[in-house]
Amino acid sequence: MATITLAVNGRSVTRAAGAHLTLLRWLRELADVTDPKYGCGEGICGACTVLVDGVPAASCLILAAQVDGATVTTAAGLAEPDGSLSPLQRAFHEHHAAQCGFCTPGMLTTAAAMLADGRCRSRAEIRAGLHGNLCRCTGYGPIVDAVEAAQQEAGQQEAGQQEAAQQEAAQQEAAEQEAGR
Amino acid sequence: MNADAPGPAAGTGIRTSKADELRVVHQPLARHDQAEKIAGSTRFAGDLAFASMLHARLVRSPVPSARVTRRDASAALAVPGVVCVLFGEDVPHNTVWVDVPGQTVEVAALKASMEVLATGRVRFHGEPVALVVAETEDALAQACELVEIDYEDLPGVYDPAEALADGAPAVHEGGNLLGEWRIDRGDPGAAFAAADVVVAGSYQTQAVDHAYLEPEAGVGWLDDDGVLNLRVATQVVEHYRDVARILGIPEARVRVIAPYVGGGFGGKEDMTVEPYLALAVWRTRRAVRMQWTRQESLLARPKRHRMWLRYRTAARRDGTILGQEIDITADSGAYAYLSALVLLYSSVHACGPYRVGNVTLRARCAYTNNPPTSAFRGFGGMQVVFGYEAQMDLLAGELGIPPADIRKRNALARGDTLPVGQVVETEVLLCQTIDAVLGRAGDKPVPSGPRKATGRGIASNIQSYGRLVWLNDSAAAWAGLQLDGSLTVRCGVPDIGGGQASSLAQIASEVLGVPMDRITVHFGDSALTPLAGTTTATRQLLMSGNAVYEAAVLVRDAIVRAVAAETGQPVAGLRLDADPASGQGVVTGPGVSVSLPEAVVVCRRRNVPIEALGTFFGPKGRPVVRELRADRVFPDFTFGTHLCDLEVDLDTGQVELLRYIAAHDVGRAINPLSVAGQISGGAAQGLGMALLEEIALADGVNLTGGFFQYLIPTATDLPDIETIVLESGEGMGPFGARGIGEPPIGPPAAAVASAIHDALGSRPTVLPITPERVLECVTRGDPPPGPGSA
Repeated sequence: MATITLAVNGRSVTRAAGAHLTLLRWLRELADVTDPKYGCGEGICGACTVLVDGVPAASCLILAAQVDGATVTTAAGLAEPDGSLSPLQRAFHEHHAAQCGFCTPGMLTTAAAMLADGRCRSRAEIRAGLHGNLCRCTGYGPIVDAVEAAQQEAGQQEAGQQEAAQQEAAQQEAAEQEAGR
Repeated sequence: MNADAPGPAAGTGIRTSKADELRVVHQPLARHDQAEKIAGSTRFAGDLAFASMLHARLVRSPVPSARVTRRDASAALAVPGVVCVLFGEDVPHNTVWVDVPGQTVEVAALKASMEVLATGRVRFHGEPVALVVAETEDALAQACELVEIDYEDLPGVYDPAEALADGAPAVHEGGNLLGEWRIDRGDPGAAFAAADVVVAGSYQTQAVDHAYLEPEAGVGWLDDDGVLNLRVATQVVEHYRDVARILGIPEARVRVIAPYVGGGFGGKEDMTVEPYLALAVWRTRRAVRMQWTRQESLLARPKRHRMWLRYRTAARRDGTILGQEIDITADSGAYAYLSALVLLYSSVHACGPYRVGNVTLRARCAYTNNPPTSAFRGFGGMQVVFGYEAQMDLLAGELGIPPADIRKRNALARGDTLPVGQVVETEVLLCQTIDAVLGRAGDKPVPSGPRKATGRGIASNIQSYGRLVWLNDSAAAWAGLQLDGSLTVRCGVPDIGGGQASSLAQIASEVLGVPMDRITVHFGDSALTPLAGTTTATRQLLMSGNAVYEAAVLVRDAIVRAVAAETGQPVAGLRLDADPASGQGVVTGPGVSVSLPEAVVVCRRRNVPIEALGTFFGPKGRPVVRELRADRVFPDFTFGTHLCDLEVDLDTGQVELLRYIAAHDVGRAINPLSVAGQISGGAAQGLGMALLEEIALADGVNLTGGFFQYLIPTATDLPDIETIVLESGEGMGPFGARGIGEPPIGPPAAAVASAIHDALGSRPTVLPITPERVLECVTRGDPPPGPGSA
């Protein structure tokens, strides 16, 4: 048994575990973090996807001991600090992207990483990014819609921030010119 | 408000409504269950844990046909932490009789049975032989390896035609013929003699797996009253009766709870973990969890029936079908499960959504030593689409009539009689669905290169919704107002991801004016919610939807009567509706405006109940025997048409789906988002069957032991599935809804085959349509048209 400490969704959790225990089992059985799902146990279905230090990983294929000290984010950890749904989660809700909901936590963590990397420039790119997450209910269309919408919202926000920054810079320049006159 | 329409007489009422009168129903509302699923807080069956619970796992047969000669648990029991190892002799009643699950039925059991844990004989690869219970998963895994079971191989049979031949090894005593059905309608001999053209074809469909993302799982415990509780991923809470029979305890002592289920598709219709969890809990008196692996799920849970279909179709020169001869052989695998009924569905649906006056049909299903087969979305009604739609295209090609036109020429209409004898009572929008997909599709795509060919195919289908009419189907639901005017609905429906519970809230909200966010639906609990029957057979919107409607109408009428008595106004002058300003229910009339909370107080003062139980009874009919001839077999049917555009690589046989459009008449969309989800998800599952999926068997040994071998479509395998929803308002569900859970899985394989036929001039007739089979079509077919010639 080894003592393993992980920062799970912003909470430091320490649990002793056998060296053979997967991260998925460590989360589900020892930390009561049950949103990553067991779907196949061989890294194909993506239902167990979590972010390890921001990188999506199949938690059924990683040993907990391998990632001791890491920051682990699951779908439940994507929410805003006040507990409300994140923009990505809201997009899933609005676009009816969850039916049975079993693949959803893995879809969300994968999509969150794609958004962070900017790998959502087209529907084809979104589909390629979700390739490792299986869904049997939706036919994927609504999930692609949701990620696309979240990307657009993020892009608009970014554009808005850039615009605001440009305006600020322009104002500052004007003020400096004014001062220099 | 439309809800003034009278309630239905036993199952025959059709309650139409105008879409523009609906306030909550028919709105694309984000389902209430989604928020928790997206937040990651939904507790599925495998997510609930008890402190110091035990874990259970099955030891399964590694061979498909053998005698069990020795079983020894001593080494397994020596592993620290192992609590018990159970064999068939430890099961109080080790026989599960095959019957139709769920409800009281008048049809006799098929006199087929299987053991909970096999004792003397195993009949398929993966059959459960021992149940191990341990304190930890690690001890469990170790002990399962140490259960010693010796097998002496017996001759097996792995093909249904061989199984039916003389001298075949008997899978069960009494022969390998499990079930057979016949239809003899009209005078097929005369029809074929009078025909201008006859086309014939043979088609073969494969075994496929449901492959829901949530493998079978559950937790069981004994509660303080000695009731055995099972919280499991299931489509049927009524299996508590089967569990009670196995344990030999009163049905009232077993409770099955279905939390939100991670996909069902028919695969959680038969029992999975239930009897084993129950045994483990009963034996140990402790809480137990059982989680099947994906590999177990693929290995041993029942599959879709492989079918061999032979069709001959006779027609006049103008395309009118005169007669059809159909022969169906199905592989039932090692145990009966629901095979006889699946084959009945195949038989009734075998001529498709077309008028065929003269029919000879022979259908049989046989035991083999392959994995058992049972319910799967489409339930036998979907394999035959691959046959009857191929025949339509062959006929179209033979006669030089466009595929769309030949379908329209023969399309069923209200008042037509199906080959089985049932009259179609509701409007059929089949031709409209054909026009809809063609109208949306526009021009056929042109090939992207010289060694590519493009094709377009359409396929239509008919699929029943609601259970066979002699099963005495019923569903109950309870609706009760709270003192603050919020609403509680209780209904035993399992929610398997289709929005079953959420749709009930919408229906209740529509009738009672209570806003959606003030309604809670308690569902899927055999002890605490009125039984609503199985979430199968595309029946829940019809059944529990109507039951909730009934309950809500009873509550509404009681409230209106109480307010009438209180205010002295005639009942006819009052109505309960949502106040446009507040969104809250309010009883209004001349000089009257009483909010729901106020009305509840009035009811309490005047001894008027503010809750009601609604029960809906399905349409009734007499059971059929081997010869299928009946005025009514199913409540009603759903029709649709899909269109597929694709491109074939002539060198590799690779198929790329370019465009997929699916149109169905859903009667009335209770929630358009859920309807679109069912259609696109069903089409996707059907496309997996068309192109990718197959449970591969080698003399009964299942070679598809994981998602590495069993390929379901990924996001890159599918195009955006475009859905078109038509609304005749003619269904038998609430507000004129038809069922839409199963119908969309029917057409895809036929639509893909049609498109390949169009592209290559030769048609694949065996599923799945792998690149190898496509290349066979390339070799066999007419020279593919050059770019632009399409």
